[in-house]
Amino acid sequence: MDLFPLCNSIRISLIATAITLALGILCAYHIARLPGWIKGIMDTFLTIPMVLPPTVVGYLILVTTSPKSALGSFLKTTLSTTITMKWYAAVIAVVIVTFPLMYRTVRSAFESFDENLLHAGRTLGLSNSLIFRRILLPNCRSGILAGIVLSFARGIGEYGATSMVAGYIAGKTATVSTTVAYYWQTNQDDLAMRWVLINLSISFAVMLTVNYFDKKNTSSKRRQSDVTLL
Amino acid sequence: MSLYCKIQKRLGRFLLDVELDVGDEVLALLGASGCGKSMTLRCIAGIEKPDHGIIVLDDKTLFDSKKRINLPPKQRKTGMLFQDYALFPNMSVLENISISASRASRSDVDALITTFRLEGLENHHPYQLSGGQRQRCALARMLASGPDLIMLDEPFSALDTFLRWQMEQEVAATIKRFGKTVLLVSHNRDEVYRLCSRASVICSGKNEPIRTKHDLFFHPHTYADALLTGCKNIFEATASGRQISIPALCATFTTGTTVSDIEYIGIRAKKILPFFMKSLDARTIDLHYEILSVTESMFSYILLVQPIGGSQPLYWEIEKEKYPEIRQHKSILSIPVKEIMLLREARE
Repeated sequence: MDLFPLCNSIRISLIATAITLALGILCAYHIARLPGWIKGIMDTFLTIPMVLPPTVVGYLILVTTSPKSALGSFLKTTLSTTITMKWYAAVIAVVIVTFPLMYRTVRSAFESFDENLLHAGRTLGLSNSLIFRRILLPNCRSGILAGIVLSFARGIGEYGATSMVAGYIAGKTATVSTTVAYYWQTNQDDLAMRWVLINLSISFAVMLTVNYFDKKNTSSKRRQSDVTLL
Repeated sequence: MSLYCKIQKRLGRFLLDVELDVGDEVLALLGASGCGKSMTLRCIAGIEKPDHGIIVLDDKTLFDSKKRINLPPKQRKTGMLFQDYALFPNMSVLENISISASRASRSDVDALITTFRLEGLENHHPYQLSGGQRQRCALARMLASGPDLIMLDEPFSALDTFLRWQMEQEVAATIKRFGKTVLLVSHNRDEVYRLCSRASVICSGKNEPIRTKHDLFFHPHTYADALLTGCKNIFEATASGRQISIPALCATFTTGTTVSDIEYIGIRAKKILPFFMKSLDARTIDLHYEILSVTESMFSYILLVQPIGGSQPLYWEIEKEKYPEIRQHKSILSIPVKEIMLLREARE
């Protein structure tokens, strides 16, 4: 059995998660400090992909990157390549679809963070970057980890936008979800079922990880409050 | 070393309007919760930005709204002990103290660990520490950054009574070693009295002029002064010439000089005497009374008594050994006129 779709899915989702992680933390950090109304607008704008149908996201990516578009024709003339129908087109799709998940989880972690710790850091003469790296990020670790796991899982299963921008080309752009669709459409139910099972086990493993972190987090919090009571 | 701070900041309907001029001393900001004490400290530390005003520490201008100077907190060198200590939960005691190590060398950190008796706890995390250890760690961390001014925000509020006393000694020693300007925010009059040299009362955002603690505690000028220094009996009063009348007690008395702007009088619960114990040459207000309730404390009884003809009760604290005599010769109490505090509403 050719495992290319699984490897491809993992590759796409890993790269996309790394990108959303950086973007999500950056946006969450800066947008949380903006004045109220700009924050509201930015928030809405950045979380729209969460409620948009993935096909709409896919369509918008196609419109902006197809050889007919400005960006697409620029790439075609300068690098003589196209983005659409390549595996990395799926990375763009997955980044856009998973960004809101990462952004919202990280931002709520930042927002529930005790501001006094930041103030304490500043009165101690620490630089903003040091406070960010050594105080904010480590103390929001569980929220950030949750964002990573959720984004990665969503990325593995992404179908709508991916199928529009990367299609299904066996051994080139096939992912686990597009493979299931392809086998089903071509009446190869046995193979479709295998990929369904693979999908199920990935989802199972992801949820297990999420629950593990969740439990670890609450038990460490309980331990802290026990000590406070003592 | 000195701090001059004159700032205004509006927060909705609340206006913070504070002026302080502090030398190398411990100044207490005394006030009820929500009066703007902590906000004042946060403005000095640079965590909050005042609307107008000027803050100068030694020769360094930290904030000046006219010259558009507003130094970020990290350049101000103002150390702050937060109410909940704000220790970094992800770091060990050693890391907490040495994170500002660019200013403090390793040997300084070691010295602080010894001074604050944190040896053996270097690798513990804040959640593994007791309340007292947390506070010592926070004090050490604050001093490791080499501040020019330290500010203590309700330093003992998170501790239980037994630890409070111990930590007060610790803080007193720290303040003494530090030797520069210290601001202490508190609503506890005893702490303030023991730790500071001068104090300023803050009442709904405005501070009253700084006074020595003796002056403030023994000669309060305003209603807020009297209340915050623990006076339990405060009544409305009206003055005409040298005559002052207290309608709530149905009593009048005369003062040595003419007073005009008196709106309240205060009587400390411990200064009230039974009639048979008053000295004969002292002028007193003598009142018949009924006892409404008796509360026993460790070394005294606190009586709530109703003066006959008056409309409000009086708190009267009396030593335990004198209490039986009151039971025998009950019904007249004496308030020495020289112990009555004449109070205004607020500062002009």
